[in-house]
Amino acid sequence: MSRTVRVVLVVVVFACTLASGLASGQARTLKIGFVSTLSGGGAALGVDVLDAFQLALRHLGGRLGGLPAEVITVDDQSSPDVARTGVERLLRRDRVDLVTGIIFSHVLLAVGDLIFNHGTFYISPNAGPSEYAGEQCNLHFINVAWQNDNMHEAMGHYATLKNYETAFILAPNYPAGRDALTGFKRFYKGRVVSEVYTRLGQLDYSAEIAQIRAARPRAVYAFYPGAMGVNFIKQYAEAGLMQQVQLLVPGFSADADVIRAVGKPMVGVFNSSHWALELFNPINRRFVEDFRRTYGRVPTLYAAQGYDAALAIDHGLRAVGGDLSRKADFRKAILSGFDSTRGRVRFSKNGYPIQDYYLRQVVELPNGEIINRLRGTIFRNHADAYVNQCRLP
Amino acid sequence: MSASLVLEQLLNGLQFGLMLFLLSAGLTLVLGMMDVVNLAQGSLYMLGAYFAATLGAATGSFWAGVVGAVLATAVVALLLEVSVLRRVYGADHLTQVLATFALILMFNEGVRMIWGPQALLLSVPPELARPVALLPGLSYSAYRLAIIATGAVLAVALFLFIHRTRVGMWVRAGASNRRMAQAMGVPIRRVFTGVFVVGAALSAVAGALLGPIFAVQVGMGEEVLILAFVVIVIGGIGSVKGSLVGSLLVGVVDTAGRAFLPAAFGQLFPPEVASNLGPAVASVLIYFLMALVLFLRPQGLFPVRG
Amino acid sequence: MRAPNLTLPQRAPTALPRTWSARAGAALAALAVVVFPPVAGALDWPYYLSLATKTLALVLAASALNLVLGYGGMVSFGHATYYGLGAYTVAILAREGVRQAWVVWPTSVLVAALAALAIGAVCLRTRGLYFIMITLAFAQMVYYGVVSFKQYGGQDGLRAPRTEFGFHLGDVELYYLALGLVWVSLWFLWRLVHARFGVALQAVRDNEVRAAAVGYPVYRIQLVAFVISGALTGLAGALMAHHTQYVSPAMLSWPQSGHFMFMVILGGVGRFWAGVLGAVAMTVLEELFHAATVFWQFYVGLALLAVVLLAPRGLAGLWERRR
Repeated sequence: MSRTVRVVLVVVVFACTLASGLASGQARTLKIGFVSTLSGGGAALGVDVLDAFQLALRHLGGRLGGLPAEVITVDDQSSPDVARTGVERLLRRDRVDLVTGIIFSHVLLAVGDLIFNHGTFYISPNAGPSEYAGEQCNLHFINVAWQNDNMHEAMGHYATLKNYETAFILAPNYPAGRDALTGFKRFYKGRVVSEVYTRLGQLDYSAEIAQIRAARPRAVYAFYPGAMGVNFIKQYAEAGLMQQVQLLVPGFSADADVIRAVGKPMVGVFNSSHWALELFNPINRRFVEDFRRTYGRVPTLYAAQGYDAALAIDHGLRAVGGDLSRKADFRKAILSGFDSTRGRVRFSKNGYPIQDYYLRQVVELPNGEIINRLRGTIFRNHADAYVNQCRLP
Repeated sequence: MSASLVLEQLLNGLQFGLMLFLLSAGLTLVLGMMDVVNLAQGSLYMLGAYFAATLGAATGSFWAGVVGAVLATAVVALLLEVSVLRRVYGADHLTQVLATFALILMFNEGVRMIWGPQALLLSVPPELARPVALLPGLSYSAYRLAIIATGAVLAVALFLFIHRTRVGMWVRAGASNRRMAQAMGVPIRRVFTGVFVVGAALSAVAGALLGPIFAVQVGMGEEVLILAFVVIVIGGIGSVKGSLVGSLLVGVVDTAGRAFLPAAFGQLFPPEVASNLGPAVASVLIYFLMALVLFLRPQGLFPVRG
Repeated sequence: MRAPNLTLPQRAPTALPRTWSARAGAALAALAVVVFPPVAGALDWPYYLSLATKTLALVLAASALNLVLGYGGMVSFGHATYYGLGAYTVAILAREGVRQAWVVWPTSVLVAALAALAIGAVCLRTRGLYFIMITLAFAQMVYYGVVSFKQYGGQDGLRAPRTEFGFHLGDVELYYLALGLVWVSLWFLWRLVHARFGVALQAVRDNEVRAAAVGYPVYRIQLVAFVISGALTGLAGALMAHHTQYVSPAMLSWPQSGHFMFMVILGGVGRFWAGVLGAVAMTVLEELFHAATVFWQFYVGLALLAVVLLAPRGLAGLWERRR
């Protein structure tokens, strides 16, 4: 083959590719950038959110707000740097219309300004840092799950009701961990004997457990999501503390993912949640049944949030006829309420939900299955504590 | 601060230190004998954990998993030695650091391809998943005690092997002066391959035993690798005794620093200063220890070479 | 003494390429980097413009490391420290309300230089493996030190708004700023390694005992090179902070140091253009593998292994062999 022929061939192939690319650009698809933690100790969370998001997309016929949707995933490895590079790729190279998926608050806080300054919406299925609830609240930010403090406020309230006079509280040292303990203390009226922040991703808690044993509190409150929670609870049980000091956790540390890994020692643990398996509404029933059937496991609250994120986007897009440049209308449509796995969810002006928080308990069913059961309601129509600092209309 | 708290933290430090020893023993001999910097030792530790997870699940027995993992990792180490490491003997350290850094990248992604990106969460074998009462008011995890026992037995065995057997003598000779040993007829190459494989097997033991305490995930090797290097630099390159002392020192200093320094600083400084300073000092303590040792005794605590 | 280092060039590299085609190529490359922003703008390629700026910062860091690694023979496994400190200075000053460019940039370089002076002064008392380990130990100390300062973000990192130059510093302006800084730095390094100092540095690298016997102040020469390298790496860090507008402890971590070393080796350690070639090749490699497969790091590792084992003279070395 002569050189000229080769050059001509290359040019023709290149031109065809380009042309096909332009042609396919004609039918408008909605590109969703899905940044999430899909590897390492927090992967179970990201995978649950992603799987449920895809399930919702399937239930909606592959369309969001009437537009065919394409999901581009990025694994942030729960590292702000990796997320930053990934988001830059999504916004500038792949030109996504909307971003969602982030699990960890420190990752979200590292990329938030990048997404907002680009004029792109971020719909949060999980991370709900206090920063974005108060002064830094943003037109482009909506969280369909909760504000970080909320679940812990509920457990703080519960600990007060149960009259635990002293508590030892622990969380990983990252924004959501600090929000968590702030939230717990806001509603806990007893005495906090020690407040410990561990390194995010720490998996051996022997030193902290020794401190707990020495401090002899009435209750321990620990916020550890993902693998951290699994290890903390296992080691807590192996050290023989389960029978000595009451362990209280938020729903994150006592959901299906943790129960699967820890097993029996979890039975009896009380935890707070904004969602539960047996919430009675058609959306939740379809979600729980289909999730179990499709993925062969019990859905977690993270999965419910991923499902809701897709529903919220769909709801907002329908209201603006698929036109995301009508930002105020899109935002208003979602904030005024959409139907979710928790029924109709309303929002504060800062983009965080106003909703009920429940008490759940881990129980063993007669067939040996261990799951969470709804035990009551801790808060009704509970909003976050920062909304007054938000200057959005 | 009660005596039982101090005792419990000491046990934690001992457990951590003995596992570091399993990791650093092989590393220090390899470095001492062949002057090879092997960053991929951490990857062998990671492989040990993954093999143990898979084989343990397949056989249904945790201990069968551990034994299988040690053998499997030894095979991988043998292949690694023959295919890559042999080519970097005698090369400069920069080449070795980079070649083995490349191996880390490949092992990490290889594991991700085979086992997937999610962390595997293992359970402690049920017979050990309970507390043991050591003293009134102090119960300690049975599994952690088992780890301490295993680590101690292996350390003694290794010690006897190095100091009481003919092959052990060759190893010591090689570490103190490779050329001289070679001239005296020690089959250095073969001894070295053996040492490398045994070192890998010890790392695999550490990986397999620590799997249920941490999580089995990509990147677990890098965290302990740096600590293992700190240990051997403190102990003196090539010295098994040095690496044992270094390991226990690092294990206890690190655990004690994390456990007691923040509280101690809280007594000395205003809370806003202490909350920063405590964790900061605790986490740099071992590196400070290493820099100090290097400054005072540049060859480490137990220098091997004359 | 250690065996002679075979991967290094046997004598100081001579001048710029002198053949006609090489000169034309160099001129073309220079033209390409200058006209790249308008071209990228016309084609609507904002991503590739930002990628180019990032590459320029890496070029600067890798070239600075090459001075120590290649010309000085000092295997520093802690250069991420100076890079991270340069970047953190930008972010911390911005946090404290200082954003004037003429204050921030020199402070960044100064902080990195002082850190290099302090660390280098201690580390250069050791040799060989111990030098590698002690540079690493200091890097880890700085890493953990920064991580535990909560008011500066700790593990979460810190936002770093761009400094104020009196005009709008957009992506295009930043690219030209980076290009200018790289050009000036490379010119400076070129002069340095070809001056008496550079020759002395290489003499120390090749045979320290002989150099000392001839009367070179070995320690001082190495320390000066170490500090210059640290300062330029700090400049690269400040540039990177302007690019990402965000800094995090990962910039100070030891894998970051490893990546810089990788770039230098890939480019051809001890060759003048190693930093440039290495950083560019590394970026291209990463982009290509990233687009092709999820497991891109595996192939990056494979490429690194191949370079180390099969072409230890790096990319610049390939060109040498052909001559």
